[in-house]
Amino acid sequence: MAIVDLKDVHKSFTKGRERVEVLLGIDLAIDEGDFLALMGPSGSGKTTLLNIVGGIDSASQGDVTVAEANLNRMSGRDLARWRSSTIGFVFQFYNLLPVLNARRNVELPLLLTKLSGKQRRRNADTALEIVGLSDRAKHKPGELSGGQQQRVAIARAIVADPPILVCDEPTGDLDRETAEEILDLLGILNRDHGKTIIMVTHDPKAADHARRTLHLDKGQLVTEVAA
Amino acid sequence: MSAIGLIWANLQRRKIRTYLTVFSLLVAFLLFTVLRTVAVWFEQGIGDTGGADRLVVTAKYSIIESLPISQRAEILAVDGVEAITHMTWFGGNYQDPRNFFPKYPVEPLGYFEMFPEYIIDPDQLNAFANTRTGAVAPAGMLEQYGWQVGDKIPIEADIYPMSDGSRLWEFDLVGSYTTEAEGGPPPVFLFHYDFFDEARQFGQGSVGWWTVRIGDPERAPEISSTIDTLFENSLNPVKSATEDEFGRQFAAQIGDIGLITTGILSAVFFTILLLTANTMSQALRERIPELAVLKTVGFSNLKVAMIVLGESVLLCALGGFLGIALAVLAAPGINQAMASTGLGLFIIRWEVPAIAAGLAVLLGVAVGTSPAWSANRLSIADALRRS
Repeated sequence: MAIVDLKDVHKSFTKGRERVEVLLGIDLAIDEGDFLALMGPSGSGKTTLLNIVGGIDSASQGDVTVAEANLNRMSGRDLARWRSSTIGFVFQFYNLLPVLNARRNVELPLLLTKLSGKQRRRNADTALEIVGLSDRAKHKPGELSGGQQQRVAIARAIVADPPILVCDEPTGDLDRETAEEILDLLGILNRDHGKTIIMVTHDPKAADHARRTLHLDKGQLVTEVAA
Repeated sequence: MSAIGLIWANLQRRKIRTYLTVFSLLVAFLLFTVLRTVAVWFEQGIGDTGGADRLVVTAKYSIIESLPISQRAEILAVDGVEAITHMTWFGGNYQDPRNFFPKYPVEPLGYFEMFPEYIIDPDQLNAFANTRTGAVAPAGMLEQYGWQVGDKIPIEADIYPMSDGSRLWEFDLVGSYTTEAEGGPPPVFLFHYDFFDEARQFGQGSVGWWTVRIGDPERAPEISSTIDTLFENSLNPVKSATEDEFGRQFAAQIGDIGLITTGILSAVFFTILLLTANTMSQALRERIPELAVLKTVGFSNLKVAMIVLGESVLLCALGGFLGIALAVLAAPGINQAMASTGLGLFIIRWEVPAIAAGLAVLLGVAVGTSPAWSANRLSIADALRRS
């Protein structure tokens, strides 16, 4: 069953007087529990496609249905609420809040829930335990290595138990060994925790960890490779 | 962690910048509380005279002109007047010009009858009345200068030399007086008018001003007018007013303190507004990707805007609170410093801190509205692209 269903999705924006077409009629279905890698050259529209699936950007045309929600019809406020429960985001540069320690960074999405402070802390600690960083809960991002920061970011992405993780170049800022650890972690989340993962990457070795790989070029899906 | 915790954590991002901003806000609100207190003090008349049933009668054109003692009987004869006494500005210095305190030659019994709020031991009052060189002073003044009853107090005259040309007047301290009012009585050194009038080189038979007690405070305007009319065409025309009104008129001679303080505070707050607005804008620019992350994980536009606005309000409220608290803590010190001036007590009325607190919140809203609006409109995709 498709948890992500895109039909004839277009995205364009205006740059000065020029109209730039970023996505040109994307049709894409991603099944629940899938681990998809999106590859392609810079400017091919990978991140834009990921943002549309994650509900942080909107399609100019076409239907976007994610986790049974039609994103085209949702208000900004509804989208925000939907994101908090449905999507976990992992970025290339971690995007942690430097003033908060690891536990509080992970706790951030839970501030929007009705959980008590104690329950929020417990959930944050569980998420940190899953990513293997229980002993770094009180460390601020500046006191952690790149790999550890990305683990905290992954813990933040899963703490509200969303069904989908969207990862934008999650290993792009890491050395090979650390990148492998992060990819293994994503694999565990996919296999053992049932998360559907959509990952943008330039790295073919990272894409090898996915169940299938899609190639995007000039705003269109060109090839699909199954693992 | 709560939303407040998040706001607080954000304020600690650049501690030095936050501390400096809070410090500048502290200074602004300290100034506000002190200057507004001074302005209110002047607007309402200096000190709390507490004498609704007393009129002050001075020379019409200048308070430094003296009045003939012959006016006493005529004023006393005015319908509604119950008692009268007089005072004169003596000037003079005790040891050093920096030891400033007013010195009035008075009628001992008449003075303490006119001002029942000043408490004096009856035996000491009798001694004052019966000793021509006698003097009394507030208990605090005895303590301040280490005087004891029985001491001779030398005062060097600057206005009234003695008839033999000497400028040194010597008084016998026969007692002290107090009051139940906060801060004690004004620091006025009182001595016997009869001795003064007899021993001074010039000006015999004149007084500085009259204080008149009336039976019905509500008749004060009418009685004032009658007294003024009585001497209108004489060589010594007078101007009468209640003690409170006299205080206000006296304060007004110094200048429009309210306008001056408003001018100063407007300049201070305009500067603070620019400074704090710049700080908040800078803080916002530095954190655009982080705000985008908040939106990404599910914070609505409004929530992110409220977090930014909350930071601004918290920053201004913190600076404001510290400034107000410092002013309140400094009030006793200011009072002590002003004790020798006789201008009254520096009392911070509750409405001044209340207005200051309101102003702090308002400043926070004014400063934070623009960054909050920008945060509200921030596009997640654009902001993440920038990072």
